Amino acid sequence: MRHADACLQVTGLEVQRGDRWLFTDLDLAIESGELLHVRGPNGCGKTTLLRALCGLLLPQAGEILWNGESIRRLGEEFTRDVIYLGHLNGIKHELTGIENLRVSATLDGDRVDDDAIWDALEQIGLAGFEDLPTMVLSQGQKKRVALARLLLTGAKLWVLDEPFVALDVKAVARLESLIVGQVERGGIVILTTHQEVALTSGTIRTLDLGQAGQVRGR
Amino acid sequence: MFSTFLCILRRDITLAMRRRTDILTTLFFFVIVASLFPLGVGSEKEVLRFLGPGVVWVAALLASMLALERLFASDFADGTLEQMLLTPQPLSVLVLGKICAHWLLTGLPLVLIAPLIGLQYGLEGTQLLVMVMALLVGTPVLSLVGSIGAALTLGLRGGGILLSLLVLPLYIPVLVYGSGAVTVSAIDLADVQPFMALLGAFLILALAFSPLATAAALRISVE
Repeated sequence: MRHADACLQVTGLEVQRGDRWLFTDLDLAIESGELLHVRGPNGCGKTTLLRALCGLLLPQAGEILWNGESIRRLGEEFTRDVIYLGHLNGIKHELTGIENLRVSATLDGDRVDDDAIWDALEQIGLAGFEDLPTMVLSQGQKKRVALARLLLTGAKLWVLDEPFVALDVKAVARLESLIVGQVERGGIVILTTHQEVALTSGTIRTLDLGQAGQVRGR
Repeated sequence: MFSTFLCILRRDITLAMRRRTDILTTLFFFVIVASLFPLGVGSEKEVLRFLGPGVVWVAALLASMLALERLFASDFADGTLEQMLLTPQPLSVLVLGKICAHWLLTGLPLVLIAPLIGLQYGLEGTQLLVMVMALLVGTPVLSLVGSIGAALTLGLRGGGILLSLLVLPLYIPVLVYGSGAVTVSAIDLADVQPFMALLGAFLILALAFSPLATAAALRISVE
């Protein structure tokens, strides 16, 4: 199923952490079928930018527009379209993979049945681990439980913060194909990673967050 | 919307059932604090009967305080809280679900065990009944009001102490009318009505406003 066209626009974004300006006057626009690769050294504000883009963090100045409307004003209409996977996996260690995904699917408003969830976990390479409490899983496997949400969601905008960390070669390839699939369907992917991502269709754009608050957009 | 509420409620209860010590510590804390007073002030029957309602309520207040810290802390630590902020569901509904689960797990057990504590203080039939009723209406107010403080102090160092400083003053009205109801029931049962009506009013007010305030506070804390 192809996503309807969408675009995310950022104008004059300024974010301050402590008394340091991470970036000032950041402009960017990204449309359906595009991937934005945010690059930069550690501590340059990649995570902060991603959190601001999905509305978890209120920027000091500037506007973030989703299809031309401010994400603050859209509120739940915007969060319906976004999936954010950050450094924290956002899964409960006492619950099994199935239970975790069932909860997140209900909260995300995705109508998926249990078969789809079992299927998603199998596809992400967790066959046989579906009904174990996630606390007994390894780091990489926990990450996979979180990533399985990508298979279940219908969100147009994926915001992925270092999604390849802790994954093995096979899982990295699987995730790459998921990202490619999302871009081909006309979705938008924004990610930070130190790896190069190969796309078969769609455009890759890069944003380099430089030192001392300097921003170069290309 | 109701399915969201149920989903969170079920999730939190399942989580607590797999980590039962958390519920039991609150309950034992309540029992121990309430049992310390007779040891301290002596077993004079009149004194105990006089102190009883107040002590049970103060113990309930402290126990519910103690449990508050855990309301959002683990969700905050493992990132599920920020995921909740990004769901297309109204955050206040999610919050209400969490508070309800929290009350069922920490407040309700106190209400159920309170008659036993009351017996320790020589309270009798109708007084025990009034105490259970007052706790039943009053403890949800404690959870609701406390959740605002828990959300505000989330992720702060030494948040526990700050939380008590913030929340305990707000508990005063509940304490005054809750223990008042039990005290006057010893004199005349008809006098209990205004106390219960006020407690009920607190509950309705807290139900209406605290999920909204908590949701706003969570957005600030997660940032």
